[in-house]
Amino acid sequence: MEKLMADLKSQIIAQLNLQEVKPEDIGNDQPLFKEGLGLDSIDALELIVLLQQHYNIRIANPEQGPEIFHSVRSMAEYIMAHQKQQG
Amino acid sequence: MIRQHQVYSNGALLWQDTPGTPLPEFLRNGYDQFSGQYPKFHKMDHLSRLGWLAAEVLLQAAEPEDHLPGEVAVVLSNRSASLDADARYYNTVKDIPSPALFVYTLPNIVIGEICIRHGFKGEHIFFTTEGFDAALVTSYAQLLLDTNAATACICGWVEVMDGAYEAALYFVERRERANALPFTVENVKKIYETGSVLLPTSKK
Repeated sequence: MEKLMADLKSQIIAQLNLQEVKPEDIGNDQPLFKEGLGLDSIDALELIVLLQQHYNIRIANPEQGPEIFHSVRSMAEYIMAHQKQQG
Repeated sequence: MIRQHQVYSNGALLWQDTPGTPLPEFLRNGYDQFSGQYPKFHKMDHLSRLGWLAAEVLLQAAEPEDHLPGEVAVVLSNRSASLDADARYYNTVKDIPSPALFVYTLPNIVIGEICIRHGFKGEHIFFTTEGFDAALVTSYAQLLLDTNAATACICGWVEVMDGAYEAALYFVERRERANALPFTVENVKKIYETGSVLLPTSKK
């Protein structure tokens, strides 16, 4: 889980071109949107692409988005649950 | 004026990067030199980054705060529209289309980025012409000033294609200012061609 969250932080920085952010600047439970990392709606779409590219996960229900992309931890939990389902 | 790894303001060379620096690195270095603290810059396409940086330099030498946000217009032009970003986006379509690239597949997005940065809410338009058409840009800006649609206007040329780039912006005001140049097609041509006009422009 810790390794997955560390990977996600690097992938988020690369995917969203957050050149002034370092992985250690992103807290595991820090909200990714609004008052947290300050991501916007286009970033949300890029996070969906990230899950598809790196983890082969397609989000079937867009209403799950706010829950999945709340934080790095919630993304990691979703990926692990998905991999368990597949596995 | 941004051209050939050099940045000018009112004819004076403010900063230059190493000759041959590729556009992405040049833009990043220019951002560090003239601005910083605006993370969204890094998400923009090359055209928006160039126009945004040119506006940053221009407005450090002008006084846009003398005008209401709704009365500052932006009239820009270039040759390649958003083709540079279009091609980059097209390359992603073969795999997974990039939403972040897609939003820059219109040339007028650079105007939006400048307006968001400075809070401008006035009229705006983006022309695509073979070369810089001083008469066209001047006549349109003049119309905005004459019809009270704007009291000031950022005008000029912002072009990016395949790593080649050029930006020439100038600030026009309806009010008269001491030492300001008359807003004429000839003076605008001089700004674009030489980058050596020493004074800001004004209507009369």
